[in-house]
Amino acid sequence: MPKFYTVRHAALSLQLNLKTLSVLALLLPCVLACVLLALSAGSQWLSPLTVLNELVADGRYAFVLETLRLPRIVMAFMVGAALAVSGLMLQSLIRNPLASPDIIGITGGASAAAVFFLSFLAGSLSVYWLPVAAIIGALLTALIIYGLAWQGGVSPVRLVLIGIGLAAGMNAITTLMIVLSPIATSMTAYVWLTGSVYGTNWQDVSRLLPWLLVLLPWAMSLARSIDAQALGDATAINLGIALQRDRLLVLFISVGLAGAAVAFAGAVSFVGLIAPHIARLLVDRRFASLAPVSALIGGTLVVLADTLGRTVFLPLDMPAGVFVAAVGAPFFIYLLYRHQQ
Amino acid sequence: MSPLSSQALSLSYEQRLIIDALDLQIPRSEITVFVGSNGCGKSTLLKAFARLLKPQQGSVLLDGVAIQKQSTRQVAQKLAILPQGPNAPEGLTVYQLVKQGRYPHQNWLQQWSAQDECLVTQALEATDLIPLMHQPVDALSGGQRQRAWIAMTLAQDTEIVLLDEPTTYLDLTHQIEILDLLFDLNQQQQKTIVMVLHDLNLACRYAHHMVAIHNRTVHAQGRPEAIITEDIVREVFHLDCTISRDPLFGTPLCIPFGKGRRLLKEQANVLA
Repeated sequence: MPKFYTVRHAALSLQLNLKTLSVLALLLPCVLACVLLALSAGSQWLSPLTVLNELVADGRYAFVLETLRLPRIVMAFMVGAALAVSGLMLQSLIRNPLASPDIIGITGGASAAAVFFLSFLAGSLSVYWLPVAAIIGALLTALIIYGLAWQGGVSPVRLVLIGIGLAAGMNAITTLMIVLSPIATSMTAYVWLTGSVYGTNWQDVSRLLPWLLVLLPWAMSLARSIDAQALGDATAINLGIALQRDRLLVLFISVGLAGAAVAFAGAVSFVGLIAPHIARLLVDRRFASLAPVSALIGGTLVVLADTLGRTVFLPLDMPAGVFVAAVGAPFFIYLLYRHQQ
Repeated sequence: MSPLSSQALSLSYEQRLIIDALDLQIPRSEITVFVGSNGCGKSTLLKAFARLLKPQQGSVLLDGVAIQKQSTRQVAQKLAILPQGPNAPEGLTVYQLVKQGRYPHQNWLQQWSAQDECLVTQALEATDLIPLMHQPVDALSGGQRQRAWIAMTLAQDTEIVLLDEPTTYLDLTHQIEILDLLFDLNQQQQKTIVMVLHDLNLACRYAHHMVAIHNRTVHAQGRPEAIITEDIVREVFHLDCTISRDPLFGTPLCIPFGKGRRLLKEQANVLA
């Protein structure tokens, strides 16, 4: 039986699920431990104790840790967290557990725009504009999906069907552009498409961070509406939700999160699908509980995947996207198995 | 004044006119039942009364003001609708579902006031769901599930409750259980209840006010004992019948003609 803790003051009243709180309290140290492990691992193994020391007092590993590894880890974490929350929002919006930014074409749109940039514009424009191109691609795709789905309002089924159609179209365009472009560009495009945080610096981190600082709290502010929308259109309207307005907001926040993440790290797939499911196995169904847990899980998954990517095949640096499924799938299957017992 | 009414209301669905220029007033603190044949537009009309469907022309008035002009949140504090065959997300518990009923009364800072807690508990008690409150809704039987949804609309604490075929897919025992629950709510809390029912005889038993919908408008309305006649049933349902009295309640009892086994008088007497 679930236990609750009720907060009640003049200006504030809340009901907190104790299990969710304890899961969060257990998850945080795990996440920190993974980050520490990721900082230790690399072409040169540093013991976690050394890492902790170096982080406070600049020593001989400061460059490796603070310029090479840390920004990359922070970026991987932010990308995973953004994709996870984006996937969670899409799954609630479309009321389908298989929805994620890569399935309804948002990642596809960002990829097509990015590959277009790499193939045709990279000669004349600085590569700093690549994220901008990807975000524009994601938003344009979302607009097209929303526009085509509109029938005096949009229904979840139309959104997902049109999204899947568009995703296929975008993938075809991406492949066509790769085939048509010179071989050197194709290689860059392929790495980008797999999803990689290789060579991230603090400047990249500071350009992605504002997106999350705006969009994640905004998503949380819609938490109660998202929960009510899950009960079906008629019930949501009955409860006094401005359904079409909130649905549009949820879609665009989700696209913004996925677009920004994909813009900086490429088309990392699978996190948006699996992180929310793992969160559902751990905590209660409310968005306010699922979102932070999904974000922590998604972030950690990408950090672990990237750590594997840059250590297992040394001296090669494999894109993180290759390992996300490798890390996430067994954990997910384990949880499903344990859940059945 | 009627709490809920329509004024020259026309409704259409996919370019087909369903309701044509209808003026209808729902009486306060009574149970109103819409009856009519399949596809006559009774559910459509109920949806329009709950602002789930935009009028083609005319308007629905809630407390005298056009419902489309009021904020949907304000409407949700006065009127609740239970749609037909609602679906809860997998794994959602009864308690979580019923708590959602408080949504229109909450805001970002006040998410769980003492009143919220009190009304959710009352709704669970009224529907006998306290022992099942932490069960997932999708694991319940049909009747229990419908009670859980009704509990949600009760927690919403509105003066008006609309229900679209609340007894569909339930066996007779559970149909009576749900209708008794609604009758109690009307008697004890003076709630205005409007529902669509298929069973004419049960409708006659529970309705104070019956609205028979036919041919895009209201064909007859009033106390069931005043309006249910053989002619009306033939016109509205295209059914030949004889009208008798319910031996327990005295309300009209519609006995359809048609085919079936016919017992001889002696056999019937033996059984009686």
